[in-house]
Amino acid sequence: MSESVPRYWRENKVRERLIGSKCENCGKITFPPRKVCPYCKSKKLTEVELPKEGKLLSYSIVRKPPAEFEKYAPYAIGIIALENGVNIISQLTDVDLKDIKIGMALEGIVRKYREEGEEGLIHYGIKFRPKLK
Amino acid sequence: MKPLREVGILGFGGYIPMYRIKDEEIACAWNAPTSGLPVVEKAVPGPDEDVFTMSYEAAKNAIARAKISPNLIRAAFVGTESKPYAVKPTGSMLVTSLGLDNRSLAAEYEFACKAGTEAFQSAIALVGSGMLEYAMAIGADIAQGRPGDELEFTSGAGAAAFIFSKKSEETVAFLEYSVSYVSDTPDFWRRQGQKYPQHAGRFTGEPAYFNHIISSVRTLLEETGLKPSDFSYAVFHQPNTKFPLRVGELLGFSPEKIKPGLLSPMIGNAYAGIVPLGLSAVLENAKPNERILVASFGSGAGSDAFSFVTQEALEEKKNLAPSVSDYLRRKKYITYATYALYKNKIVR
Repeated sequence: MSESVPRYWRENKVRERLIGSKCENCGKITFPPRKVCPYCKSKKLTEVELPKEGKLLSYSIVRKPPAEFEKYAPYAIGIIALENGVNIISQLTDVDLKDIKIGMALEGIVRKYREEGEEGLIHYGIKFRPKLK
Repeated sequence: MKPLREVGILGFGGYIPMYRIKDEEIACAWNAPTSGLPVVEKAVPGPDEDVFTMSYEAAKNAIARAKISPNLIRAAFVGTESKPYAVKPTGSMLVTSLGLDNRSLAAEYEFACKAGTEAFQSAIALVGSGMLEYAMAIGADIAQGRPGDELEFTSGAGAAAFIFSKKSEETVAFLEYSVSYVSDTPDFWRRQGQKYPQHAGRFTGEPAYFNHIISSVRTLLEETGLKPSDFSYAVFHQPNTKFPLRVGELLGFSPEKIKPGLLSPMIGNAYAGIVPLGLSAVLENAKPNERILVASFGSGAGSDAFSFVTQEALEEKKNLAPSVSDYLRRKKYITYATYALYKNKIVR
């Protein structure tokens, strides 16, 4: 059994639905979800699904990725300001690197992150692409 | 067949990957003639796409048009012959990624290119019997074709999702009648563990495609008393451009009724996804109170025929998600080398 099976199971909902945590005390939202609020240390946090639309704040192009991501290289990693003000880091997809512009409207869709070889699990999660409509 | 209570389509959504390869490019790669090609171009998924990710996006669009919370949906059926896992349901992955109720049915349906409409029949039956209020059926495929084989010229990709509920003012179309017709006809097959299918060349036409579609549609017309002239649109399975137009001609449906749902010239044959995608395209163009004939074909062989009638809610709901035309417009052409890389035909 792959070592990452329990981790896949714990994290699939977080990665595929963008589940973050909202602090009941200070109201701040964090992604990925936390057990303790990093802003006020409260332990009263609830799960929230984050919006899947936002704007590109910044990005970097990965040309020499870790082995599991070689298939997708070169690709861009962006910081995306979601509609609710939360910033997250995500891979960009379905876009020519030359067409990436700071401020462009993006939307999140589920795509493959990586595969554990031919026999192992396929890991999925939200990536962002230029907004279609 | 008709369910005990009337069933309608509450939401629908299509998805087509953005990459395209022209058939001329494939022909050049194999030094084959570039005239008389079966389609103009076909859709190719990116390296991070598979049947699960394509089904996810089609389902997301269907949920947007259904205007219901995803946790009300209690079935996720995927008809496909290219699922990511041989054992591990795509349906359960959709339940988690879309936030459907965990108290759901989830299964894959297999019947070559008619697996999508086979999933329709099960979802319709569950809603029609009153066992479920909302059920989702998806047809999705990344069609396989051996490099250099004639199938490589048409094997496209795409997905479409349909959410069925009882007929109401919220449904965009209701099911009038359906017929399923099957027989053991070996026109196309893939053995366990094999990567590419085998096909019986010209045999796939008359005894398989034409016989099964004509049988299901003629049975539907006989049992309902409807005539081809009662239908505004017809969506037939589309392994190429020629077959659906020819079967339409044999059954009495003019090219004008077929072309709004004829997508194979632009995206190839998306196997189990192509007829549901054709129906999505028709719904996006149709007006209320129009009748649509849908007839799938699956090798091995069989055909499901449906008569749907559009309703008033269609006008408002068609613009709530990206349309099939939006996905058709979003395209980037790739070379045979990039295509081979994306389809894992060559590896680093």
